[in-house]
Amino acid sequence: MSAPHVPEIALVGCPNAGKTALFNQLTGSRQKVANYAGVTVERKEGAFVTPAGRSVKVLDLPGTYSLRGRSPDEIVTRDVVLGRQKGEDVPDAVVCVADATNLRIVLRLVIELMSVGRPMVLALNMMDVVEKQGGRIDVGKLSAELGIPVVPIVAIRKGGISELLAAIDRLPLEAADPSPHGWREPTAEEIRATHATAARILKACSFHPGDEKLTRKLDAVLLHPVWGVLVLLAVLFLMFQAVFTWAKPAMELIQATIEMVGVFVGASLPEGLLKSLLVDGVIAGVGAVLVFLPQIVILFFFIILLEDFGYMARAAFLMDRLMAGTGLHGRAFIPLLSSFACAIPGIMAARVIENRRDRIATILVAPLMTCSARLPVYTLIIAAFVPEDAEVWGFGLQGLTMFGLFATGIVSALLVAFVLKKLVWKEEPEPFIMELPDYKWPAPKNVAIGLWIRAGAFLRRAGTIILAIMILIWFLSTFPAPPEGAAGPAIDWSFAGRLGHFLEPIFRPIGFTWQIVVALIPGMAAREVAVGALGTIYALSSTGDEMHEALKPILSQQWPLSTALSFLVWYVFAPQCASTIAVIKRETNSWVWPAVHFGYMFVLAYAASFATYHVVEALTR
Amino acid sequence: MIPAVEHAALAGSIEIHRLGRRPKGWSGYVTGLAPIADLTIPWGELERRLLEMGIVEGARVELMHEGPIGRDPIAVRVDDATVALRRRDADAILVAAAE
Ligand SMILES: Nc1nc2c(ncn2[C@@H]2O[C@H](COP(=O)(O)OP(=O)(O)O)[C@@H](O)[C@H]2O)c(=O)[nH]1
Repeated sequence: MSAPHVPEIALVGCPNAGKTALFNQLTGSRQKVANYAGVTVERKEGAFVTPAGRSVKVLDLPGTYSLRGRSPDEIVTRDVVLGRQKGEDVPDAVVCVADATNLRIVLRLVIELMSVGRPMVLALNMMDVVEKQGGRIDVGKLSAELGIPVVPIVAIRKGGISELLAAIDRLPLEAADPSPHGWREPTAEEIRATHATAARILKACSFHPGDEKLTRKLDAVLLHPVWGVLVLLAVLFLMFQAVFTWAKPAMELIQATIEMVGVFVGASLPEGLLKSLLVDGVIAGVGAVLVFLPQIVILFFFIILLEDFGYMARAAFLMDRLMAGTGLHGRAFIPLLSSFACAIPGIMAARVIENRRDRIATILVAPLMTCSARLPVYTLIIAAFVPEDAEVWGFGLQGLTMFGLFATGIVSALLVAFVLKKLVWKEEPEPFIMELPDYKWPAPKNVAIGLWIRAGAFLRRAGTIILAIMILIWFLSTFPAPPEGAAGPAIDWSFAGRLGHFLEPIFRPIGFTWQIVVALIPGMAAREVAVGALGTIYALSSTGDEMHEALKPILSQQWPLSTALSFLVWYVFAPQCASTIAVIKRETNSWVWPAVHFGYMFVLAYAASFATYHVVEALTR
Repeated sequence: MIPAVEHAALAGSIEIHRLGRRPKGWSGYVTGLAPIADLTIPWGELERRLLEMGIVEGARVELMHEGPIGRDPIAVRVDDATVALRRRDADAILVAAAE
């Protein structure tokens, strides 16, 4: 016997129409986020029960202006609606979400969607804004003209949601007929014709969106050539300030908790391998990544807030010309900005870029942005080698060094993009056409759900791939154990120690000791793990008392300045993160780009460290 | 096709301009779309992208804002929406001043 058919509806709409808000309203936080089979477009599924007691699955499709599918996201929307997406059922009905203040553009999409021939409802969102602006629309007439149910809603306030559910209940939701759909790619003339139809319908419904005053007033400042740029800089400054200072107490708390758990587990287990695995491998390793959760949450908080407010598109507008110098366009700004927290969300955010080469260039340079995983490494080395009270022109030298490392990352990202786009591909810039949505007050519930989903994705990564790599690295640095009564540090006998010694000649020209080389191996799991690994290596390779000494004095005693700076520069450029490589593979669907990423960053890192090491050697001798 | 000149007098006294060359604050309506000199994507594609953003014959346009560097890109109010685009692409949009 076959299982009863669970009807599935798809949410479709232009970007910023309030699709996410409606999806959250329908499903609450019970959302399943994954990827579509074979492509890395985010797939959001949820479920709800209609007033008539039917359970319905709902799929939130990426926003689009048409079904022509120009980016991977838009292609998914088209293919799901047309029933061509691998691994997806044909949706039984389509709910089109429209921003009622901006009906012209979406009405054309509605007409295009209707040609597909699935049962459809139009959810007329943002009716509160229309009302406030003094606009009007005859909803009954619109429904009659289109021949489909039209329900006015306010997605952020549950307004009209029960009417929308009732309308969905009235749809024929039997298993959709997978027969051929009536859609084909429209020509320019056909698009003009649907615009004409839309204009006629809007006139018939005496549509008037009202006067949008807030956006005009705000944009006069926020897009102003001088004030706008100053505000953007202030916003970015505030964001970084928040990521690096607000996160601190939470990070210290997490750190302390992890240490407590480690001590507790350590105390309740007998000496031996199991204890070592749990305490040194699992707890310490995953803890090293978990510590970044507060920073990632704060960064995403800002990004979601600015996105919902409508500011991100303005930032792209202000940055476009600067980015154009590198051959990218303003949209690449958001992925690059996200990469300051972590390259992984940054690389995933590059999906909004339509042109494939633009997207690849953005993906390849995103890891050059200083992600927060580099910070513990920078902080440790700077604290150990740059005197705390040294000043240049009244600025602390420690802070300046940190700034220099960030700036080097940004400048080299732009340079690499320039080389790729202008010199390797010799490409003309892709058109940049983007809607600047009217400003909206972000709804706290949507911000919270968005944060919840992103934090969850990060934690899953820490719990799976990073946990596995941690255990592998623990294994490498624990086995084989030194023979009974052997002299010298234990790690010297392990696989990691041997690998470090084996690779050391390659890294000797850039001033690295074998301890550094060994630490780079676990650093592939996540950059900051190298700090813990250095601790382990120096602690393991020294005797009892030193174990408890802080790493800082050890480093400043054992490393010359040239090695320390070379190591810092290495971290600016090196492809030191296995997860980034995996994400590039997934996003580009090929092994070529991860290989290019690894290759060019390795060469860049090696060359820059080599130069740094030898220049500093020459200067300090 | 309309010749690629800035001031082509059509049908008597209406002056047709390319939107990319209008100053900030200018307003008018769209009279047509015409290819630009060095297209980076096929014309049919650019034309459809513009149309899908509501830039269609008869739409009211107002050049609202300019980018900080080289007055580029521009933000154009198109009927009820604001669209950002570069001046070189906006050159494909033929406009006439509102009467
Ligand atoms: N005033 C108002 N704002 C809304 C409404 N629906 C969504 N928004 C806001 O519009 C912005 C974009 O909504 P979102 O759901 O992210 O749009 P999406 O891009 O279609 O997913 C957010 O700031 C929402 O809070 C509504 O009905 N009224």
